[in-house]
Amino acid sequence: MSIVFYGIAALTVAGALATVLLKNTVHCALAVAVAFAGLALLFLSLDAQFVGFAQILVYVGAVAILVVFAILLTRGSETPEGGVFSRSWLAGLAVGAGVFAVLGWAVIESARALPLGTAAPVATVHDIGVALVGRYVLPLEIVALLLTAATIGAVIVALHEKERPR
Amino acid sequence: MCAVSPLAAYLLVAALLFAIGLAGALTRRNAILVLIGIELMLNAANLNLIAFWRYGPHPEALTGMMFAIFSIAVAAAEAAVGLGLVISIYRHARTTDLDEMNRMKG
Repeated sequence: MSIVFYGIAALTVAGALATVLLKNTVHCALAVAVAFAGLALLFLSLDAQFVGFAQILVYVGAVAILVVFAILLTRGSETPEGGVFSRSWLAGLAVGAGVFAVLGWAVIESARALPLGTAAPVATVHDIGVALVGRYVLPLEIVALLLTAATIGAVIVALHEKERPR
Repeated sequence: MCAVSPLAAYLLVAALLFAIGLAGALTRRNAILVLIGIELMLNAANLNLIAFWRYGPHPEALTGMMFAIFSIAVAAAEAAVGLGLVISIYRHARTTDLDEMNRMKG
């Protein structure tokens, strides 16, 4: 593995750790943008150019901005007096550590059987487009319907209702 | 670490990101940060899909990449609806603290 991979992986994991551990919610949103950008770089290093740039557009461009808007609309940047972690934080930490232990054990145990690296596959945007409107046209239509329904649903759920007299 | 497969390194990074996202989703009190933890877990799964596509036997079939693209689209829809719900709950309960959202507790 090259030094570039270790650098990108360290950046991504550091961003994710900062997201979980920082106290100020706005700082957490900025840290998660760093983690998403690191993931996009990992996708690019895996020769998946289209997915890497889609990741930058969707996550760094849209989801991170959406999260910042939600934090500012809900005044979530104020630190609550009881601390930022839940009362059952120890159980959550134990579950996370247990899941990582099992996954890491499975990967390390099977590392010898994994392929040692092949020639970089060619996946041009032309190939992806042909596959999307050919073999994968039904999932594409379903995702289009889902995105339309989700957008309308999100607007209706968050719609400002009229002030009622109390 | 001499002849380790690069796939194993990517899988370990994905497992670490998944565990961090899971721990964040389970320990944070702010509902928005729980959503961010879920997004991190989805991204870790995407990294697994792309890594297996890259080092799998038939990368020209584009299966793993298609799965990742559709997963990104579904995750974006989930983030939009989830944040809309958080804003709606905040308007009713004046809080995003999950420990205080206990109205349905018996």
